[in-house]
Amino acid sequence: MFAKSFLQRATTARLPTLSAAARLNGLRATAVRYNSRSSYNAHVAGLTEEQEEFRQAVNRFSTEELAPRAQDIDRENTFPMDMWKKFGDMGLLGITVPAEYGGLGLGYLEHTIAMEEISRASGSVALSYGAHSNLCVNQINRNGSDAQKKKYLPKLISGEHVGALAMSEHTSGSDVVSMKLTAEKKGDKYILNGTKFWITNGPDADTLVVYAKTDLKAGPKGITAFIIEKGMKGFSRGQKLDKLGMRGSNTCELIFEDCEVPAENVLGKEGKGVYVLMSGLDYERLVLSGGPLGLMQNALDITLDYVHQRKQFGQVIGEFQLLQGKVADMYTKLNASRAYVYAVARACDSGHSSNRDCAGVILYSAERATEVALDAIQCLGGNGYINDFPTGRILRDAKLYEIGAGTSEIRRMLIGREFNKDYKN
Amino acid sequence: MSNLRILVATKRVIDYAVKIRVNAAGSAVETANVKHSMNPFDEIGTEQAIQIKEALAKSKTGTAEIVVVSCGPVKSQETLRTALAMGADRAIHVDSDEELQPLAVAKLLRAVVEKEKPDMVILGKQAIDDDSNQTGQMLAGLLNWPQATFASKVELGDKSMTVTREVDGGVETVKTPLPAILTTDLRLNVPRYASLPNIMKAKKKPLAKFTAADLGVDIKPRLQTLKIVEPAKRQGGKIVESVDDLVDKLKNEAKVL
Repeated sequence: MFAKSFLQRATTARLPTLSAAARLNGLRATAVRYNSRSSYNAHVAGLTEEQEEFRQAVNRFSTEELAPRAQDIDRENTFPMDMWKKFGDMGLLGITVPAEYGGLGLGYLEHTIAMEEISRASGSVALSYGAHSNLCVNQINRNGSDAQKKKYLPKLISGEHVGALAMSEHTSGSDVVSMKLTAEKKGDKYILNGTKFWITNGPDADTLVVYAKTDLKAGPKGITAFIIEKGMKGFSRGQKLDKLGMRGSNTCELIFEDCEVPAENVLGKEGKGVYVLMSGLDYERLVLSGGPLGLMQNALDITLDYVHQRKQFGQVIGEFQLLQGKVADMYTKLNASRAYVYAVARACDSGHSSNRDCAGVILYSAERATEVALDAIQCLGGNGYINDFPTGRILRDAKLYEIGAGTSEIRRMLIGREFNKDYKN
Repeated sequence: MSNLRILVATKRVIDYAVKIRVNAAGSAVETANVKHSMNPFDEIGTEQAIQIKEALAKSKTGTAEIVVVSCGPVKSQETLRTALAMGADRAIHVDSDEELQPLAVAKLLRAVVEKEKPDMVILGKQAIDDDSNQTGQMLAGLLNWPQATFASKVELGDKSMTVTREVDGGVETVKTPLPAILTTDLRLNVPRYASLPNIMKAKKKPLAKFTAADLGVDIKPRLQTLKIVEPAKRQGGKIVESVDDLVDKLKNEAKVL
């Protein structure tokens, strides 16, 4: 018991600065498992034995394969492309897809848990993971024909191909229906002209779900969803964007210049793209809510370790009441967020999806994540403010979730509008 | 063409990253509400068995069936499921809530070996909870089989294996006929992850259950634990003013000169 010599490194210090030590050391046995002391409580989270086993498997994978690289990925702003194959081998890329197309055939709760555990290791890689596995893979799975699923899903799920989804344009963000990318039908082809902006995985994607207007005058009913392949004539990409956070999750502009898309690549039906889009956004918001949860868990675990090691005035700072209060607030915000996210995920899995709650979970958890990340920086003091510690990265990553997949303002509007609808009927 | 059956022994232990605490009575290590996982050396053993199976399949020179066994409380089945998810074919759980000392485990494993008739038994060189480093050797003695312990490399031959062992001051290479006992050292391999699809498939793999009584083994402890104490806390370092000061402290405080 007391002679775990080769494992000692992992037990004696769990601060994130260890990531460098973990990198130097090739032996997996010495990888940093700071999660073993994590404040995650599976009983409070209400996971079944299978779900907890699932969570621990993803936790171990992302802690060992991803967490030690997170700081470099952020600094270099480059996605680690070898992760796609590793995600694929682990079985993470098609969680909600039936086994016949290479998926696991599990639910949104499992997908959200995977998003959470990957986000704990690296917020940016997790965002790319979410864009691939939910926005692209799950949309094709929900709306694609059998032929489309057979053609696109196996390679996306194995990690050979990278997926993305394109909705926003530089003049069309919250007002998504005002999009200007046009798709004109010519024979058995559509000709796409226009651009898409802020596209996660855009620079690397092989397969993209793209929304375009097949009828400019029909408003929402003029939108059609397409599956675009990277080699299609007339399709190109702008340069990679330099973002505040989520660095390493590659983002760019997509450019369509007389891009020819075969009619068989319409996802769903012509003119029905808005249904694909809006229903997809519900699941997108739900699954992406795992992002803020994982970022909060990481921020909290780093903070707990730090305040129980750092001494000032002759005692560990975690025993001062002001810091006890901060830690208590961080913990409570995280668990309240997690309870809501998991509850909505369970409801979706039992066939009761609700767009006010899918908007609610990401509205609530995203704002809490920014607060918790700011608290973590405060608890780490001077160290929290330097980039050798990961708290600054967590804050920059967390802020994205108040903006991406609909801003907090749009989410509030949407929830309020749902109640207005209830009273009109 | 060889068709092997490999028995791999695994133990559920407190996870290596957990900070160990002694219980209030000073009689044992606290195990309640503590994360457990497979003994790391047994993970290496399971991985080795899978690599042997894969190598035989790839070269089309034979097949291997991997049977994992664990002796301990019902929770040991989680450890067995992990091994099944990594790639073992079936599992045997010897259920016991009693304290199992190395000799008892070796006897239980002997009974399993007599049932299963494997060509090779792989064990971790030690478990990281009690660090006994005895079970493999005792099992070899009980079975009167050859043993290759602390393996850092294994090459399978025709009804034999060549094993590189990590010994004091270097490495030693031994060759042994099969059946034989193999115990693993840290550098033998890097265990794989159980992927999510394999974790799901593992739930359908067979898991047989026995008790010590079923196997007719006396598991009564031969050793009595008198007390368990935590290691003494390390004193903080001191900066000395001069060489004379240092020599004085070594003589009079540390009393090592």
